[in-house]
Amino acid sequence: MPPDNEAIAEQVFVALADPSRRAILAALAAEGPATATDLAGRLPITRQAIAKHLALLAEAGLVTAQPGERRRVRYRLRSAPMQVAQQFLAALARDWDGPLDALRDHLDKSARGPAPTDATKA
Amino acid sequence: MGFPDRIERTVEVTHPPAKVWAALTTADGLAAWFGNEATIDLRPGGSARMRWSEGHVAEMRVERVEEPTVFAFTWHIYGLPEDDPRRTYVEFTLEPAGTGTRLTVVESGFAQLPEDVYRKAYDGNTQGWASELGELVAYLDAA
Repeated sequence: MPPDNEAIAEQVFVALADPSRRAILAALAAEGPATATDLAGRLPITRQAIAKHLALLAEAGLVTAQPGERRRVRYRLRSAPMQVAQQFLAALARDWDGPLDALRDHLDKSARGPAPTDATKA
Repeated sequence: MGFPDRIERTVEVTHPPAKVWAALTTADGLAAWFGNEATIDLRPGGSARMRWSEGHVAEMRVERVEEPTVFAFTWHIYGLPEDDPRRTYVEFTLEPAGTGTRLTVVESGFAQLPEDVYRKAYDGNTQGWASELGELVAYLDAA
């Protein structure tokens, strides 16, 4: 089992568990790269708090800082860790229990005789 | 046990393997319990497709066809971008159990790494395996 995926997914889920960081990531996903000042204008969070969260998110590899002067540094979302978290969620979201129940029902129904066709109904 | 890589379920059904096999590997069978519509080219490397009435479509690549014991395919990991090459591998194994069948489904590959190196190794391996089985089938067909 690849150990890296576990750590990457955990960082994504930890980041998403905090409402401010979730709002920042959602804003970057919805509207593209932005500075801390841009985000402070859009979100009910102080610029200082946003800057602190962005630094944490950058350290975790969930956003990258694009070169620029101080205060004009733009942050963009990194999709790669989100895709790793998505793989984790895909395993949780995969439903085999429902389809296997449906398979059993289908086999039981077809065992009681052939499904009525237009010819047999007529 | 952290990142889930593999999902496994076993069910016992009161129907013989041949009947279960038909439900898993024919378009009519798949459309009756899995998708709402299905098509399948039942040979290793063949394409299969299921469509649900709410609009979701699953494209599968058939990997193993060993009637009436093993049927396997790969498909896209739900939620990843369309062009992402990662796929999970789904294998159904049918074993006679009295007059019925013990059916096991294993889906694996959720935890595979995104790195190029790993991706190439993985794809190379599954493609090589599929084409070898394809060659065997072609050989048997010709004989």
